[in-house]
Order: sequence, then structure tokens, then C-alpha cells
Amino acid sequence: MTVIGDILFWLVGAVAVLSGAAVFWVNSMARATYALAISFVAVGLQLLLLDQAYLGIITILMMVMEMAVMAVYMIMYMGMNPALMPMSMVHDKRLSRAIAIATFGLLAAGIVLTPWPSGSPLQVDDVTLALGEALMGSKMLAMIVLSPVMVATIVAGVSLSLPRGRYDRYGDDLQRRRADDPQPGGVGR
Amino acid sequence: MGDTVFEVAPGWAFVAVALLGGLIYLGAVINGLLATRATGRAPSAALRWPVAEAARLLRQRRRSTVSADSLLWRIGGAGMLIVAALKIAVIPLGQWTLFDFDAGLVWFNAMDTLVWALIWLVGWGGNSAHALVGGYRFLALAVAYELPLMFALIATAVGAESLNVGSIVAAQADLWFVVWMPVAFLIYSVGAVAFSVWGPFASALAPDIAGGATTELSGVDRLLFFAGRYGVLVAGAAFAVALFFGGGFGPLLPEWAWFLVKTVLVLAAFIWAGRKLPLIRPEQFMEVGWVLLIPAGIVQDLVVALVVVNR
Repeated sequence: MTVIGDILFWLVGAVAVLSGAAVFWVNSMARATYALAISFVAVGLQLLLLDQAYLGIITILMMVMEMAVMAVYMIMYMGMNPALMPMSMVHDKRLSRAIAIATFGLLAAGIVLTPWPSGSPLQVDDVTLALGEALMGSKMLAMIVLSPVMVATIVAGVSLSLPRGRYDRYGDDLQRRRADDPQPGGVGR
Repeated sequence: MGDTVFEVAPGWAFVAVALLGGLIYLGAVINGLLATRATGRAPSAALRWPVAEAARLLRQRRRSTVSADSLLWRIGGAGMLIVAALKIAVIPLGQWTLFDFDAGLVWFNAMDTLVWALIWLVGWGGNSAHALVGGYRFLALAVAYELPLMFALIATAVGAESLNVGSIVAAQADLWFVVWMPVAFLIYSVGAVAFSVWGPFASALAPDIAGGATTELSGVDRLLFFAGRYGVLVAGAAFAVALFFGGGFGPLLPEWAWFLVKTVLVLAAFIWAGRKLPLIRPEQFMEVGWVLLIPAGIVQDLVVALVVVNR
């Protein structure tokens, strides 16, 4: 990277860390959520600066969507409407501090103890492809097994949490012509 | 990289934004013309209306509400215009582009997820119940239209074997994508009109909740928001031209002229269709999106993939 690229990278990194910390400084659910969104966007920009065009943009795309939806859940689950009022974003301070320090120590130890490759890296044409092969090349089997497991988890989770199943909708013998839904859907089922 | 597209100097961004401004004005005039035709007023009112409304809002004193979250509110209000400008950065105007980006298609998609955040922030910031309901309505609608939209975008990327918008345009030299990806185009149009909170997808700003997310917006905030909404619609129309109508391809006229002509036509079609179609309730559109549009998009992607593999 160029000098300007380096400076930008560190600036964006600082934005990512500071806005991540801002999640706990601010006193509103909405601000906390979007501070986290800014942190993720900054990380996405860092990936862009590393020439990972697709990964950088997809990080921004996914995280903005996720944070927009997360804000809804944050406010919903905070119940009794304190979420609509100013409130502290820090709970159970002693335990949280212990978990935070332990997690930081673990991650930092991982970074320090990893045998990073030394010297300047080889020039590659397609860095996204290179990264994909470095991450997954030798672990393709694990990745392939992982995706059906994840899909099965999602399906199981949804069917366990479903308030109304097909027997509620189509009757005990599943013979009802039109589903009995409290709210009609848009395609006339 | 697109072989027919080259990146212009960053200074041209000012020209691009001015062009966006012109198209926003044109969009408001087209909407005004349709409104005057519907109500029987003189068409000249449509030319004057956007300017008069802008002047009125610029002079209006900004209204505020009790314990409004001004920071988030302002970000939401001004953000739409910025999103529109960021979207057009990757759209080639004929042979010129501001940002010849390898993942331009995903860039555009990422920018329209920003609209999720912005509309909700506008709804939240004003600390007003109706506005917040509007913000939630948009998110409900967004979950329904965004995934079909992504499948529609994938069809063009597969057809051109590239995520670069210039390459996608270049791949349509012989045949426009709208001809052999009509389903993807229809789904894209639904998405483009929806992320502009326009027509049948404007329930977040509907009269039944007193203007929804924009209930408490006033003055320059209101001007920026509604200009930005037209801007996002303009960007959606321009991107439709790049993805489905062969970008600047056409006889006689230069490429940039063809691109602008097509953009104005698609924009007018979006605005006209938006005025003609009834408002859709978000919870009803959810099923349309997931039961009809997503499978239709997947089948379209499959057809395109089979064509690409066998050619």
C-alpha cells in the first residue's frame, strides 16, 4: 500500500475501535446499534483498502442490514419501553469486565502466538481467490459439512419457535382447503 | 475491467452530482405533470412546483420535537441524497465512469441496504409515534423486497460473468438483458421502486400515519429527504438502464445521450407505475416477496446460468 493508503487504513481502524467502544458510551439503543454499524462499515472499508473488493463491500452490505434489523429486536426485547428512553448500555459491570478482559487476553494471545509468515508476500492477481484458498483450501470438507448443519439448525430453530404450524393452519387432518391464518398473506393462500 | 469503460478524474464527480440534481428536478416535474393531468390543472404548474416547494422549504424554520435524537434524525434525512450520489458513482454514463469498481454491482446493492438504516433513523429520530411506525413499516417491506432484488442482480452478473457494471453493459452489445432476463428485470423494478419508498411501496410515508417517517420533518431536512428519495429513484432507473437496457448502446446518438434518454424513460415509467398502482401493505407483500418473487428469481438465475454454461 502507499503511504496515504497506510494512513487511511490506520484512521479507519481507529474509527472502527472508537465507534465499537461508543456502543457502551452512548445512552440509547438506537445510537448503540448504529455505532456498531459504523464500526462494521469501517472494518469493511479496511478490507477495501486491502484490495478485497468483494469481501469489503459484502461486509458493509450484510452489517448495515443486520444492524437495521437488530435495532428492532434490541428495542423490542428491552421491554417496558426503557429502550425508548435514555438508558445505560452497561449491565452487570463486574462480570462484564471479567469477560471482556478474558476475551481480550485470549484474542491478543492468539494474535501474538500465531506464526505469521515473514517477508513481503508474493504478488497475486486475485487476492479474493487467494484469501479464499488460504482460508478454506485445506478445510473444504469442514466447510461443506458446515453448511447443511447450519441450514438444518435454521430450519429446526424456526420450526421449534413457530407459534402456528400446519395443523393449526390446515386442520388436524390437513384437509382444510384454505389455511386459517389470523393475518391473510398476499398470495391468497 | 470493462473494455469499453474508462474511469474519469475525480473532479467530474461535481458534474455527476449536478446531473443527478437535474434528473431529480426532472423526476419531480414528471411527477408534477402526471399530477396536473390527473387533477386538471395547467401543466405549467408542474415546472414551477419543484422550485417553489424547494424555496418554501428552504425558508421554513426547522421544527423540532421534544427530546428528538437530532443526530440520528439529521443523518437519516440527509443520507438519502448521499446514498443516491454513491450509487451513481459506479454507473457508467456511456463510456465514462467515476469508479470502475470490480464489485460495482455489490456496491450498488450495499448502498440500497443503507436506505434500510436511513428510513428507520428518520422515523426514530423525531421521537414521534407515527414516524416510528413508518420506520418499522419500511423495514418490514425491506425484508420482503431485498432478497428477490439480490437474486435479480445475480442474474445480470451471471449473464455477464462479471460484477463490474461496465462489463455488464459490454456484455449486452448484441442483446439487451431485458430481452432474455425479463423476470429479473421485473423483480429489479419492484426492488428499485421499493427502495425509493415510492408508489405501492410508500406505506412508510403513507397518509394513514400522517406522513409516516417524515411526519415531523420540516424545512431543509424535509427538502433533503424528498430530493434524496427522487435521487435514489433516479439511481435505480439509471442502474436499470446499465443492467438491462444495454447502457449507452444505440444508433446515431453518442453513448452518453442514449444512456440519459433511456434513464429518463425508465424513470418516467417508474414514476407513472408508482402513481397507478395501489399501496401494498408490508405484511401482505412479505408473502409475495418470499413465496413468489424469490422462487421466480432463483428460476431466472438457473435459466441464465444454463444459457451461460452452454454458450
